[in-house]
Amino acid sequence: MKIDLARMFDLIAGDPQADRAVPPTGFTARLTLFTAGAMAFLAVFAMALSLATGRLADRWSAELARTSTLRITAPVDQTDAQLRAAITVLETTPGVAAARPLSADEQRALLEPWFGAGLPVEDLAIPQLIEIIEEGGGYDSIGLRARLQAEVPGAVLDDHTRWREPLVKAADRLRTLGWLAIVLIAGSTAAMITLAAQAALAANAQVIRVMRLVGARDIYIAGAFVRRFTLRALTGGAIGTVVGMIAIWLLPSTDVAGGFLTGLGFQGVGWLAPLIIPPLAAAAAFFATRAAALRMLEEQS
Amino acid sequence: MIELENVAYNYGGAELFSQVSLTLAAGSFHFLTGPSGAGKTTLLKLCYGALQATAGQVRLFGDDAARMDRDAVALSRRRIGVVHQDCQFLDHLNVSDNIALPLTVSGRDAEAAGNLGDLISWVGLRGQADQLPPELSGGERQRAALARAVIMSPDVIIADEPTGNVDWEMSQRLLTLLVELNRMGKTVIIATHDMNLIRAAKSQVTTRVLRLQDRRLMQAGAEL
Repeated sequence: MKIDLARMFDLIAGDPQADRAVPPTGFTARLTLFTAGAMAFLAVFAMALSLATGRLADRWSAELARTSTLRITAPVDQTDAQLRAAITVLETTPGVAAARPLSADEQRALLEPWFGAGLPVEDLAIPQLIEIIEEGGGYDSIGLRARLQAEVPGAVLDDHTRWREPLVKAADRLRTLGWLAIVLIAGSTAAMITLAAQAALAANAQVIRVMRLVGARDIYIAGAFVRRFTLRALTGGAIGTVVGMIAIWLLPSTDVAGGFLTGLGFQGVGWLAPLIIPPLAAAAAFFATRAAALRMLEEQS
Repeated sequence: MIELENVAYNYGGAELFSQVSLTLAAGSFHFLTGPSGAGKTTLLKLCYGALQATAGQVRLFGDDAARMDRDAVALSRRRIGVVHQDCQFLDHLNVSDNIALPLTVSGRDAEAAGNLGDLISWVGLRGQADQLPPELSGGERQRAALARAVIMSPDVIIADEPTGNVDWEMSQRLLTLLVELNRMGKTVIIATHDMNLIRAAKSQVTTRVLRLQDRRLMQAGAEL
């Protein structure tokens, strides 16, 4: 569909006299303003959800895909030997950029959420973990597993695929749902504004009759309503967006303990993204009102 | 200007009138009479494109009304000034803005500044220009409606019972205004029950009196 932007702006800018010819419609004005504001507020949250889950999915799929973990479970007297053997294997494996055993402090930090602080990991028979950083196209996991099985019997390679994939998939779906929510919000806004516009048109049947009697074209009459509802949606959308952004800004900042929930928000230039919501609300109002007005004018002719 | 050729109009399945032919030539003055319910208002609405004929052809300034889209009808209305018995104003706009409305909707607001004051004076409403329509008397409303009908300097003026709600003196004032317009070259057609008004007009201007009765349009009798 070709959109005639010049005509659209003409309709919005319109003729102030035409706007004046239609009497003020208090109820529909408040309804449109409130609907656009509430929907914009919800859209800000949907957008924040989409962007946050998008970031999460990217991180899980990109960053975690570049790392894997080797777990060595061996009798205490063999742990060091197997650790050395594993490091040797990893250092000679193509696609492995670095391999490093986690220190006792790092292992303690990993267990802290479950066992609390100060866990004496040195005295416990817990597996030794090795962090593997990949490079290039990564390593051949099947070949590496085969070598480890032969040379380091207590080693178990975890390339994170098993738990990473469902998480990435879930994050991707959440992102899609977020955008779907925005589309539904836009559709609901258009539907509500259509109803409000139809109510306003029906209430102004006499005004329309008189304007036609004196030679007003349909596009002129529709323009008076389109301009009014578009500006209301723009105003309501702007208010709802600002309030929504303030609400997002007031959310607790990201921290390790909060994880995903406190990461719900905008980052960097992402804060500019919600600014698209008021123009979108105005565009939805423009097309919804225009279609409703022209349809009703055709029915009344 | 406006021609009806063998026009019929059915309303709710029943024939209101048929075989109606009428030519409103430039500068002519017509009266349309007939009993209530005969279809005078409907016939006038056909003349300004507010209704479509069931049969026959209506030509507005040479164009077949049946083939005109709504925009074309709107543009042709700018050449036709219409005065209704109930005037039909926008009650939230003052008299001055109501009279200027045809200029406003056609994007000719600038012209209002020059002509509006003269026109309001011509119809004797200078003191009422800032009032709202519901604050006007019947005669003042009719004069305001007439001013609105002529502000675009239309070629044709169609008045439907313009004196229905006013006293004799006001009827005479309105008639005088319409006769003046006709002398300026405007085509005028007035639907009315008021035989005295027709007689008064005949003494001032050459008129043709038509009667819509029994579903047919005919020349009125010699009693007029």
